[in-house]
Amino acid sequence: MNIIRTIRISLRALSRNKMRSFLTALGIIIGVGAVISMISIGQGAKRAVEERFDSMGTNLLFVRPGSRSFRGRHGGGGTYQNLTPDDAKAIEEKADAVRYISPNVSTRAQIIYGNKNWNTSIQGVGAKYPEIRNWEIEEGIFFDEIIVKSGQKVCVLGSEVNENLFEGADPIGQIIRIKKIPFRVIGVLKSRGEAGGWFNRDDMIAIPYTTAQRRLIGRTDRINSIDVSAISMARSMEAVEQIEEILRIRHKIAPGAEDDFNVRNMSEIAEGAAESTKILTILLGGIASVSLLVGGIGIMNIMLVSVTERIREIGIRMSVGAREKDILLQFLAEAIVLSFLGGIIGIGMGVLSSNLISHFAGWQTLVSIDSIALAFLFSGSVGVFFGFYPARKASKLDPIEALRYE
Amino acid sequence: MDNNDLIRIENLTRVYKVGETQVRALSGISYRVQQGDLLAIMGPSGSGKSTLMNIIGCLDKPTEGKYYLEGEEVSTLDKNKLARIRNKKIGFVFQTFNLLSRTTALENTELPLLYSNIPRKKTRDLAYKALSVVGLEGRELHRTNQLSGGEQQRVAIARALVNSPSLLLADEPTGNLDTKTGAEIMDIFKNLNQEKNITIILVTHDPDVSKIAHKKIYLRDGKIIKEERE
Repeated sequence: MNIIRTIRISLRALSRNKMRSFLTALGIIIGVGAVISMISIGQGAKRAVEERFDSMGTNLLFVRPGSRSFRGRHGGGGTYQNLTPDDAKAIEEKADAVRYISPNVSTRAQIIYGNKNWNTSIQGVGAKYPEIRNWEIEEGIFFDEIIVKSGQKVCVLGSEVNENLFEGADPIGQIIRIKKIPFRVIGVLKSRGEAGGWFNRDDMIAIPYTTAQRRLIGRTDRINSIDVSAISMARSMEAVEQIEEILRIRHKIAPGAEDDFNVRNMSEIAEGAAESTKILTILLGGIASVSLLVGGIGIMNIMLVSVTERIREIGIRMSVGAREKDILLQFLAEAIVLSFLGGIIGIGMGVLSSNLISHFAGWQTLVSIDSIALAFLFSGSVGVFFGFYPARKASKLDPIEALRYE
Repeated sequence: MDNNDLIRIENLTRVYKVGETQVRALSGISYRVQQGDLLAIMGPSGSGKSTLMNIIGCLDKPTEGKYYLEGEEVSTLDKNKLARIRNKKIGFVFQTFNLLSRTTALENTELPLLYSNIPRKKTRDLAYKALSVVGLEGRELHRTNQLSGGEQQRVAIARALVNSPSLLLADEPTGNLDTKTGAEIMDIFKNLNQEKNITIILVTHDPDVSKIAHKKIYLRDGKIIKEERE
């Protein structure tokens, strides 16, 4: 008796009781569907995080002031300003793994255009800011090195600010007032959406950092932070080391002493975030696996009932020459066929429901081949595992008693 | 020893253990059946005739004694080998038909062939042929619950015949049928025996049924108390 014939016998036996077969498979359908859709949510979240970091630029580095202890009392990170425009210049000139730098000075201010006003974040940045942040210009231009050097009063609007102040009118060439100082609008940034949390990346105005220092802050020897882009993602660690070396020398930090600044690597942050979504995936998948397990127990349950109900059938089959092995394989094949069919339908349901989730909940979902293969294999082994005991029970029946069974 | 014997049983004993007590269903039965015989095993219930049929049908093994089928000793074979013998050499017909429910006559008839290595196309042909022998042409695709009792028993006979067995065993084959249908079924057995020379053993307590047999044995308390032959 070969495999194909065994499968054919079990398919016939299953089709004789379609309703029961469907209900048995239902547990697996739901289990596999749940596993696939839950994992797709986790993977979708991971992908969304990765994309967000990609859009920020994965070769992005941040240099920020560190904490300084004064008579044994530690301040928080960035609580005092020790970075200078010359630090930024030195990094640009000496670190060869660095492509662009942008000194950063930020403040908040009320801005006025005509009879409208808006409170927003003012970012004093360098000319390479759009390149570093991977940020495109919607219209107009961004300021160049010459404008930065001469500290002209120009600004580039975030899309949110543009909407609030100009309400669809052309802003280019218009004059807005920041802290009562007139600035000419030369460009508008493309919308980037929210970065997550409270912070809206489009609610800001970019001006040359030199202008910000002179006009808004009134201090030209300090900057808040430095944005740096490495030559490539592969060289970003190297860039971090070079920056640290340059700044330690410039800040006269003794060997072994702590840095008074921090260099953060964006890809590190991205990896950290991806790691946390991975935990989410495992968690969701784990919960869904429980339902698959319950589905498997359902198969065993129904198969056990089915063995009892079909004792006479087993006796008939034995009387015409079925061996123990034949009966064992038949019932095992029934369980496996059920769980495989359930697995296939479950995959369809899982793909469908993850599409529905992303459509209605607006979450990004991602159905990977891996998760399909995993769910499919898992459902098959559930069939073998939970089908074996009932099948063995069936095969051990005594033919005479089985034939006599009412 | 006569090598023409299809069945030779020697001093067959079967003891069941029911808890602490032992029940002696057969005690020392010896008998021979030749190819082409139509034998009736008669006796009241509890006489051991079902036990004897189960052993002859290779569903059960004797506690003591020997059983040769076509010269091969089968009383010592293991379960799997007994299953092969049931599959190749023996056809069963039961009082309660024992067909698979919600299954067509054809599929029921094919059942023994599914457990042999006959190619699929051939199993179909053999099943159609067996069904035509019992007069069920045109009803092959009817499900068992759409058939009358007599027709169901015919399907059972077709199933017993389909693997061309050496021996057909029928246990009270007319017990669940009315007199007229029962007579029709007995005619089928008679024809199979006379025209195809198939060896048949009938187990019954009904003298009407045993009329067609040329040989009869009467059992009581696990022993043969009377033998008759024409």
